[in-house]
Amino acid sequence: MEIKEEEKRFTLSLFTENKIGLVNRITIIFTRRKMNILSLTTSESELKDIYRFTVVIKTTASQVAKVVKQIEKQIGVLKAFYYEEEQVIFQEIALYKIPTKALFGGETIEHIIRNHYARILTVEEEFVVIEKTGHEHETQELFEALKPFGVLGFVRSGRVAIPKPMRKVMSYLQELEDLAYSLDN
Amino acid sequence: MDKTKPEMTTLLNTTTMYQPSGKTLISKKNISGAEAVILSLIAEGVDTIFGYPGGAIMPTYDALYHYMDQVRHLLVRHEQGATHAAQGYARVTNKVGVCFATSGPGATNLITGIADAMIDSTPMVCITGQVTKELLGTDAFQETDVVGISMPVTKWNYQVTSADEIPEAIAKAFYIAKSGRPGPVVIDITKNAQNEMMDFEYQKCEKVRSYHPYRKLDEAKLDEAAEIINNAVRPYMIIGHGILISEAQEELKAFAEKTGIPVASTLLGLSAFPNDHDQYVGYVGMHGNYGPNIKTNECDVLIAIGMRFDDRVTGDLNRYAKQAKVIHVEIDPSEIDKNVKTDVALLGDAKEALKSLIGRVKEKTYPEWLAEFAACDAEEKRKVIEKDLAPTTEKLKMAEVVNKLSELTEGKAITVSDVGQHQMVVSRYYNYLETDSNVTSGGLGTMGFALPAAIGAKVAKPDRDVVAIIGDGGFQMTLQELGTIMQEKVPVKIMILNNSFLGMVRQWQQLFFERRYSFVDIESPDFIMLAKSFGIKGEQVSKREDLETGLKNMLASEESYLLEVIVEKEDNVFPMVPTGASVTDIRLE
Ligand SMILES: Cc1ncc(C[n+]2csc(CCOP(=O)(O)OP(=O)(O)O)c2C)c(N)n1
Ligand SMILES: [Mg+2]
Repeated sequence: MEIKEEEKRFTLSLFTENKIGLVNRITIIFTRRKMNILSLTTSESELKDIYRFTVVIKTTASQVAKVVKQIEKQIGVLKAFYYEEEQVIFQEIALYKIPTKALFGGETIEHIIRNHYARILTVEEEFVVIEKTGHEHETQELFEALKPFGVLGFVRSGRVAIPKPMRKVMSYLQELEDLAYSLDN
Repeated sequence: MDKTKPEMTTLLNTTTMYQPSGKTLISKKNISGAEAVILSLIAEGVDTIFGYPGGAIMPTYDALYHYMDQVRHLLVRHEQGATHAAQGYARVTNKVGVCFATSGPGATNLITGIADAMIDSTPMVCITGQVTKELLGTDAFQETDVVGISMPVTKWNYQVTSADEIPEAIAKAFYIAKSGRPGPVVIDITKNAQNEMMDFEYQKCEKVRSYHPYRKLDEAKLDEAAEIINNAVRPYMIIGHGILISEAQEELKAFAEKTGIPVASTLLGLSAFPNDHDQYVGYVGMHGNYGPNIKTNECDVLIAIGMRFDDRVTGDLNRYAKQAKVIHVEIDPSEIDKNVKTDVALLGDAKEALKSLIGRVKEKTYPEWLAEFAACDAEEKRKVIEKDLAPTTEKLKMAEVVNKLSELTEGKAITVSDVGQHQMVVSRYYNYLETDSNVTSGGLGTMGFALPAAIGAKVAKPDRDVVAIIGDGGFQMTLQELGTIMQEKVPVKIMILNNSFLGMVRQWQQLFFERRYSFVDIESPDFIMLAKSFGIKGEQVSKREDLETGLKNMLASEESYLLEVIVEKEDNVFPMVPTGASVTDIRLE
């Protein structure tokens, strides 16, 4: 009997070329295995023209290893890594839109903002936008606290993550180059 | 430009994402993108294209008109046929098969063949026309998102929207399709790109920075593998398509003969190792031979080369080769530990791996171990083969037909089998003595594959006998390609094994659904008359005494020939590993 493996959250860090269609190529790998993507963000990395995807998925350790190899196999993907929660520093950002009049109901809102280490981004005539960075449960807590004042809008970004291991991506890429082999040799 | 960021391009010593060879093969000033397509193909050494024209690819067809003396184009009767023909071509040559199709329905008709090429690692480049750039995304006439649709079934795909991208895109396409683990590539070219003028210069692609098709073999792992092999008591080798792809037949033979290890093959590995070799023990899988299946669970070392442990090979993974140390020689890193956990993974080209191993292994023989396989063979012979080959039934059996074909062609024909019972019978009873002789749809199991694939194989290898062996069901899926055979005068031999059933499905219904024959009873047209209407000669054989003559007539024909053999209706293919069962539980009856 196989022991049923436990599902955990994994953060994938994918380094890619900046190419049209790559997001699609990567996401269909999850779709095909009926895996849900919890979040996905992408931006240029520390290397020029090289993009970093941060993908969060919940799955088993053996499945994540296979999926990451499938991703790395895609042309346009330079290197793919995966990490468990303890191996990455990660954050999300959330924006909250609440009615301006809520500010004038005493000190409560100010307290809430301060206690949650959030900040006001803008004050308009009708609404205020508050920003908070943190982990999902923290941005959620602020959402719950603001609820009584009437949240007009709420949005949370995908996770961005920096892995703890000190080795640079570049060295991995160099290693791949070194391992590359030409059959004409 | 952001100067603060390090540029990886300079660090990795590549100037662009793709690296041209630096050698200009062809150059020509002020030509259309369409002409650039053709010249690019010529620069890649393409001599054959399978295709079908239409609005969005007309400029390219117009350019082709001027190069008809340099490239042969075969007009298929359905774009699916183009892909399978290109696959047949690729499988017997290891060259890249090439297809042309128009946008929309032309391109969507390619999808089955592309998926087939993907799962069976077949190098193919499909060039599709696309609506003009300005119309993209407007639901224009015959617009479909071909890049989107083909993405999951291509190794790479790319849309070209301006003429100057053409040479680079095609160079990259060929490089990617052919190298490493081969696969299909789609290049979708908008009409404006085909019409625009450009200065053409073609350089082959030698490198794509995010793609590492070959790896240097790890010396330590080679040592480790050799040590395991040298200490093995019951070593066993299963070879796959990878041997044919890396052209490692000689190295395999030398390695096998030095080590004395028994060799079995997967369905797609057939013909990579001669069937009459003393160490050849047969073929593995659901309908494979008895010994090779059960011995998988009795060996102490399993050396898998260029195969991917498909579920049709392994059966229940929890009861597959658990006792064995597994050495997996594989070019695709994502295949390592995907299905079967390996003890030593040799990541790299099969040929290189065998070359590197041979000096490290000891000369050995395993007479007793081989005798165990022989004992299994004897049992299979008694319980299955004898009944198959010397039947007491009045009706012919597929096995005796294939066996006779094998005898008459001395095991030297290229067999192109379709999908179903007859396919399993071909792989069981054709006695392959020459390499690159087995073309079939393995991973996808595409009915309708064989007729067009045989066209491609015959065009590529005109000097060899190419026999398509097809069921009555599968033949009706792509029979329109008789038109291609007629027009292009491709002398393929077609053998229909007619059991008046979708036999393989019927077999399952009989065995696992208590004989509830749900829509497997299939009627056929008069195949001989049908062939005749395409100008193809043919005959029908139903009696044992006419079989040899019928086969001889077919083989002797200078032109294409269709032989319909009426076989036993409710015959079953055995041995069989039922789905979900272990290879140990293989049934002989
Ligand atoms: C395109 C496609 N549709 C359906 C199937 C499922 N299928 C597998 S074998 C088979 C029966 C094939 O019948 P036939 O071509 O007469 O060959 P036989 O098994 O009788 O030799 C079918 C329907 C398939 N493999 N491919
Ligand atoms: Mg049939």
